[in-house]
Amino acid sequence: MNITGRKPILYGIILIVSLIAPWLMPAYQTQLAFLWVMVLFALTWDIIGGQMGYNSFGNIVFFGLGMYTTAVVQRNMHFSIEEYVHVAGRVEMLTPVQYLEGLFLGMGLGAVIAVAAAAFLGACILAMGMRGQYFGICTLGLGVAAGELANGWEYIGAGSGLVTPVFPDQLGQRGAFFYYIFFVLAIIAFVTLRKLYAGRFGLAINAIRDDEDKAEAMGIYTTRHKIVAWCISAFFLSLTGGAAGHLIGFIDPTEVAFAGSTFGVWMILMAILGGKGTLWGPVIGAVIFHITQEVFWTYLFGWQRVALGALIVAIVVFFPEGILGWVRERWPERFGYRVEKSQAVSSSGGGAL
Amino acid sequence: MDNLQILFAAPIFTLQLLIDGILIGSIFALAAYGMAMVWGVMKIINFAQGEFVILGGFILYSLTRIGLNPFLAIPLVPVVLFVVGWALYQIVIVRIVEKDLFISILATFGIAILLQQLMNQVFGADVQTVDPGLGTWFLFDNAITVLQIKVVSFFVAVVLGALLALFMKKTRLGQAIRATSQDARAARILGVDTNRVYATTFAVNAAICGAAGALVVMTWVIQPFAGLAYTIRSFMIVIIAGLGNVAGVIFAGLGLGAAENFAGFLLGAEFQAAFIFSLLVVILVWRNFELRLQRGYLK
Repeated sequence: MNITGRKPILYGIILIVSLIAPWLMPAYQTQLAFLWVMVLFALTWDIIGGQMGYNSFGNIVFFGLGMYTTAVVQRNMHFSIEEYVHVAGRVEMLTPVQYLEGLFLGMGLGAVIAVAAAAFLGACILAMGMRGQYFGICTLGLGVAAGELANGWEYIGAGSGLVTPVFPDQLGQRGAFFYYIFFVLAIIAFVTLRKLYAGRFGLAINAIRDDEDKAEAMGIYTTRHKIVAWCISAFFLSLTGGAAGHLIGFIDPTEVAFAGSTFGVWMILMAILGGKGTLWGPVIGAVIFHITQEVFWTYLFGWQRVALGALIVAIVVFFPEGILGWVRERWPERFGYRVEKSQAVSSSGGGAL
Repeated sequence: MDNLQILFAAPIFTLQLLIDGILIGSIFALAAYGMAMVWGVMKIINFAQGEFVILGGFILYSLTRIGLNPFLAIPLVPVVLFVVGWALYQIVIVRIVEKDLFISILATFGIAILLQQLMNQVFGADVQTVDPGLGTWFLFDNAITVLQIKVVSFFVAVVLGALLALFMKKTRLGQAIRATSQDARAARILGVDTNRVYATTFAVNAAICGAAGALVVMTWVIQPFAGLAYTIRSFMIVIIAGLGNVAGVIFAGLGLGAAENFAGFLLGAEFQAAFIFSLLVVILVWRNFELRLQRGYLK
């Protein structure tokens, strides 16, 4: 948006509201924390889905990887595994220091593993030039396969899932604590992406989206850019996953960690709803979607998933350009596109031919 | 991998797995044929394919619950699914048929989620099956057991596939469908009502899947959330066979059924689903690798 004068005020308001939100609505702290998780989902999906045009259905893999790594690190650091499995996590309370050590070390390790996984998968899939619907379906297969593998792996709890340690009371309220973690993560992700999209990197991945062959012919290292973009996406997603696992408290392989049919689809949907390929679009989409979803959950209990399915179809079919996409088409000047009257007329005339 | 030794110790067991796999594979091939048809004609990858299969199963289940003989109820299932498919086309698919593939994948994926949740609400989340009331054949001194219903469903699948091939070859509508798949614009210019062709194709596909689902519920079990595996299987079969290759679809279907049965036996049942989805990734990567090699020759 090109309203430079009002920008700091806008950011300031958002920051202040976000900082005090958990104290204004203490009953909704967990939901508010999830709001930032949703924002992170949409932002990270939009890096490769919106800006690069590679519609991944399997980004949830990195979320699950981060989640499991963090939980396993936390478990192995402080407990004997045998004991832990049998009493489902309630061995003894951790001290705050132990808890934080495990959490942050786990998140860090999870990020390393997820980035390595993204680089490896990128070398197998993206570097080979897989594109379009084949890339989408391949990543969908990856997501589901990862969930099914976790479902059968005894070491990480298999189908009965993994319980994270009890949150120590000394750290304050659990909802508020994770709210601020996700809030900081989301701000870091947003600022990083803003910086990246504004520079050569953003131009390069946009060029890949528009025409990959031409971009390569123009001298852009397309493979390198694609893999790096996927790694950035994986990095933030795995950090989100690591903290989200501890917020939820119970890691189910297919319903929480590798939840392709909920989180996996929602991240795409939120980016589309807000307008994919824009910086603010995913954020707006995530906020609207999360509120809608919570409203459905409250008022349509039992049918909320049916209503969500209908919403997905409705958004994709009737509103594929998204909110910001629609606004951008309506008022292109505000987005820094210079439109001159004569040009607009001639280009629309050209379209008719 | 302990089970590998069993296979070496009792080679006859290999035959057992092969027979079971091929009989099940015929059902996969049927659903894959429908997907290939929609993909070829409408350029849409239908991600609700598996949900149509499961829905067909649930409809047969409900029909038998009100007292119908399952074999008499089979012909009713495709009729119901035909109507469902037609309605879905008119409400949703008609708006995405000309759009890009990503939109159509996402929209049909949304339909899939919607159908899953609806089935979950209406029929419950439990695993269901229909008892066809048939026995078992014992061959080779009882070393091999063949459920009669599997053989019956194999033949039903074969007959349905043959009927469909005949429909595509001989009738006017079938010709119109094939013409549209070759060149939709030219077909439109020559007077084919492509909108009607699309609607029919989508509805016929749903009907085929419904029939496949009716067979699945009698030979196996169904569950509202089990649809995605059928979608992925269909997709894999079409990818292996190549679009428009009917014989390929049949062989790939039977092969996939057998491969999956072996994998389930060797790796354990809990990894069977993981096997299917990993196989999808491997096949796509491999196919891509081969395409790359071909492009290398061209350079």
